[in-house]
Amino acid sequence: MSKRIEVENLNVFYGKFLAVEGVSLTIEPRTVTAFIGPSGCGKSTLLRTLNRMHEVIPGARVDGRVAIDGKNLYDLDVDPVLVRRQVGMVFQRPNPFPTMSIKENVLAGVKLNNGRISRSDADDLVEKSLKGANLWKEVKDRLDRPGSSLSGGQQQRLCIARAIAVSPDVLLMDEPCSALDPISTLAIEDLIEELKRDYTIVIVTHNMQQASRVSDRTAFFNIAGTGLPGRLIEVDDTATIFERPTEKSTEDYISGRFG
Amino acid sequence: MTLMSEAAVIQGRTLPRGFAWTTLVASIVASAAIFLALALAQVTPEFNVAGAAVVGAILYLVLVGVISRLVEGRRKSIDRVMAGVITAAFLIALIPLISLVATTAADGINRFDMQFFSSSMRNVVGAGGGGLHAIIGTLLVTGAATIISVPVGIMTAIYLVEYGKGRLAKSITFLIDVMTGIPSIVAGLFAFALFALVFGPGIRFGIGGAVALSLLMIPVVVRSTEEMLKLVPNELREASFALGVPKWLTIVKVVLPTAIAGIITGVMISIARIIGETAPLLIIAGLSTSMNYDLFSERMTTLPVFVYTQYTIQGADAQAYIDRAWTGALVLIIIVLLLNLIARIIARVLAPKGSR
Repeated sequence: MSKRIEVENLNVFYGKFLAVEGVSLTIEPRTVTAFIGPSGCGKSTLLRTLNRMHEVIPGARVDGRVAIDGKNLYDLDVDPVLVRRQVGMVFQRPNPFPTMSIKENVLAGVKLNNGRISRSDADDLVEKSLKGANLWKEVKDRLDRPGSSLSGGQQQRLCIARAIAVSPDVLLMDEPCSALDPISTLAIEDLIEELKRDYTIVIVTHNMQQASRVSDRTAFFNIAGTGLPGRLIEVDDTATIFERPTEKSTEDYISGRFG
Repeated sequence: MTLMSEAAVIQGRTLPRGFAWTTLVASIVASAAIFLALALAQVTPEFNVAGAAVVGAILYLVLVGVISRLVEGRRKSIDRVMAGVITAAFLIALIPLISLVATTAADGINRFDMQFFSSSMRNVVGAGGGGLHAIIGTLLVTGAATIISVPVGIMTAIYLVEYGKGRLAKSITFLIDVMTGIPSIVAGLFAFALFALVFGPGIRFGIGGAVALSLLMIPVVVRSTEEMLKLVPNELREASFALGVPKWLTIVKVVLPTAIAGIITGVMISIARIIGETAPLLIIAGLSTSMNYDLFSERMTTLPVFVYTQYTIQGADAQAYIDRAWTGALVLIIIVLLLNLIARIIARVLAPKGSR
């Protein structure tokens, strides 16, 4: 179910602007990798290139290589739609579909693709996905209520359930807890811990404690100044990054001495 | 006074709660008394209602402004006067609407009977007859125009919002704006010229009218749909893409359902815009006094044209023609009201279910 991601010499452009320069890193299967760094350093941009979601933004393009289990995502014969079915994504702000019920939101990946699914299979998938997202107990009696009737933290877990319902290999999370309160954040962090058994997870976060709590590996990104491209400063085991980082700027950032 | 003590004061002098209403009643009574006196003294032939209302309103604004200024100060005085001015503007805007509906209803009710809804004007001279042929014509021509315009308009809007970029999209937007300004008579002449080229001169049929009307309708549909599609948050599109849903399915199953209530409202507004058109239909759909259910042959009359001809070509019993004209206008207003009502119900049923 989970796969290795290899990024080699990746440059990301928005039009002529070089946003991320020369990133190379490997993400092992069944691990949680955290991207940390100051705002605007290209963490989210890089995350989006892992399932070609950056292509939604006009003018965005990439050179370099992103391989999932050895297959380069940017080869000409690769269909971005199929990539996204294998690499799921959870966004910063919970975004359940407002026209759909809780149940329909979980089934969205199947239903929106015109997939046919029997009633009992659908019920099983809904239960399995919602249990996987630790939301089943809270919503099992109101599956037909609109998804937007849930609280922010529940909506975010609904979005995670929706993402894992299409059984992807990799789950990308772009600051999934930044709009949530501490209790919902804790619920999502526990969930990440469980999801790690089945999925390769990459999470962007501004919360250093969160990175140290949930991730196995941490990648630190930085920019030299506005208008300059973001770069990967270092990537290592989370414990190493937080206790004895190699680079001075990493140490400055995580200890709060960042300019 | 020190800054501290100034900041600590949160009570100001205020006028009693019923002040505005009392002043309003007093102003109106005073103004009515003046005009009543003028009428009794034979200065004006009769009691001038409009004059009394206008003088009363001005009296109220002046009184409220001055008293409030003296007691409450500048800020509250301006607030009260502006509230009065805005309410007055609203009432003035309402006058023609109420007057129009009331007059049409009062005059239209004379012939608002079964015969009007069950017979055409075929072989009718003088009293009797009805507008069934015009009602059918209106529904057919407007319906056909809607069937032509809605798919073209919605798809154009989808192109502009979801796909279009660069020069092509910009020029389409510009042309849509130009199209919005086309005089309706030009649309009628265009349709006439087009069909005359194909079917020979003198061609008149309902579908030609529908084509002319759709020229007027498409830009309205495009504009309103475009605005509604832009309101759909990008996050929903991204959520759908991230599930591996192709772009076209995202548009069909996520973007359109989210915006559908607004799109339907826009379509209804565009129907209301064209249903009352007269000029292009006079040219290309022609006049008829008989029933015609076939859009593709023979002349077809719509309600606005019916009203126009009843009024302009009065026969021996002039009052009968004028009564029919009023009833035709009343029926047209009722059709538009019903369409709006239906649209609102559909929009409410289809609207995204929120946390309410």
